[in-house]
Amino acid sequence: MYSEKVMDHFKNPRNMGEIEGASGVGTVGNAKCGDIMRIFLDIDEAGIIRDVKFKTFGCGAAVATSSMATELVKGKTIQEALEVTNQAVMEALDGLPPVKVHCSLLAEEAIHAALWDYAEKNRIHIEGLEKPKTDISEEEEEEDY
Amino acid sequence: MEKFIYLDNAATTKTAPEVVEAMLPYFTEYYGNASAVYSLGSKSKEAIAKARKIIADSLGAKDNEIYFTAGGSEADNWALKATAEAYREKGNHIITSKIEHHAILHTCEYLEKQGFEVTYLDVDENGVIKLDQLKAAIRPTTILISIMFANNEIGTVEPVAEIGKIAKERGILFHTDAVQAFGQIPIQVDELNIDMLSASGHKLNGPKGIGFLYIRKGVKIRSYIHGGAQERKRRAGTENVPGIVGLGKAVELAFDTMEERTAKERELRDYLLKTVLKEVPFTRVNGSRTHRLPNNANFCFQFIEGESLLIMLDMEGICGSSGSACTSGSLDPSHVLLAIGLPHEIAHGSLRLTLGADTTKEEIDTAITAIKKIVAQLREMSPLYEDYMKKNGSQQ
Repeated sequence: MYSEKVMDHFKNPRNMGEIEGASGVGTVGNAKCGDIMRIFLDIDEAGIIRDVKFKTFGCGAAVATSSMATELVKGKTIQEALEVTNQAVMEALDGLPPVKVHCSLLAEEAIHAALWDYAEKNRIHIEGLEKPKTDISEEEEEEDY
Repeated sequence: MEKFIYLDNAATTKTAPEVVEAMLPYFTEYYGNASAVYSLGSKSKEAIAKARKIIADSLGAKDNEIYFTAGGSEADNWALKATAEAYREKGNHIITSKIEHHAILHTCEYLEKQGFEVTYLDVDENGVIKLDQLKAAIRPTTILISIMFANNEIGTVEPVAEIGKIAKERGILFHTDAVQAFGQIPIQVDELNIDMLSASGHKLNGPKGIGFLYIRKGVKIRSYIHGGAQERKRRAGTENVPGIVGLGKAVELAFDTMEERTAKERELRDYLLKTVLKEVPFTRVNGSRTHRLPNNANFCFQFIEGESLLIMLDMEGICGSSGSACTSGSLDPSHVLLAIGLPHEIAHGSLRLTLGADTTKEEIDTAITAIKKIVAQLREMSPLYEDYMKKNGSQQ
């Protein structure tokens, strides 16, 4: 059901954990739908993401997309991190089953939420960053039987 | 394939070697069509009759009340749709429960679109239907009560005798989906006033693709699959002779070994429930502790999600199942866990382990060790657990 890359990131999640006194923390998703992601960012004065950690409650794809998202933004500038889309996360994982695409949206949104928190704490404006939605869920398609 | 521990016997079971052996000649040697005139055909016909008798005897039914189907879902569909059609003159109301298998629930939803009215009874926190609510739900137009014998997820056994009595008193047909219970619990259709009963071969160490519907004589439902004259013209199609033979053998074995097997399963299962509850914090057992299938264990582990748990158990060679959204193909967790009143986030963290005849104490111990380790790992990863711990201090 999952690609080898997804399984690898699920079995050996990168950057799992938390950062004490993080520059920005973002939590998205909801327990009702079974996915919650939290991203911790450590951003230095030059605006480089020095460290990133995640915690996730969710399925295999939720864990793997969180893990991959942290890898994609680590060491990057804020602007570069903003360009990490759910599509990029999915591609880096060699794809996701259709029902799991929302996990990659959640990962993108979690990064944005953490950046938003950083911006708010530091009273700065990040070009192109919108206030994140905290609750991401795709509309379910109703099947007829 | 590497060695694995199979604890998903409610999903399907290993076909017993004796069953396979009984089936084999009917593929290669006695392959005649049971409707044929020549003696090769008679071989098949006799084999079908023998299997039918074994099944009828196990239920205290008559041979001509057993109709072979392709499995439990077909039997459920047939019972509901054909009853609806045949009794439409009498009324358009059906009573079922919120925790039925989808073969019942989705059929009911289909019938609602055809103009039938369906009452879905609530269950209590253990998953037992409320008899008062059942009585109150009955209308002059009620034509059928369909309540499962035992639930496939949480193992709760429903008060079938009481339901049968109520149905009989009110002159309403009673169908029960016994796919999980048949072969695990003695069932006598007359004593329990059951008019129709669905069962499936592969849940009791029989082959897949074969099941049956018991239809009490006098219940005037018609064919659901039209064609030839097989199954007393009520279910057309050349008989799946190897499947029927295999089902017959599986039923024979299940009833011969029932007492000893279920006693062993119950003991191991109780040990599993007790140990996991003791050793894994923030855990609950779902389903009735007293009225329960002997082989079913169902847990919820707070703060974690079921699919992750299943993948990690699989990495340890352990096969289980979950009612989490991710395993249901939707965003909602199991309808059964929601019906017993669990909040979504708890229901997402469910694990069902169902034992089989071959399950050993060593396997259960290995599973318990794995569960402890994996649940702790996933909680380390869980923001819900982090929040809870920050709010409530150290571990309980």
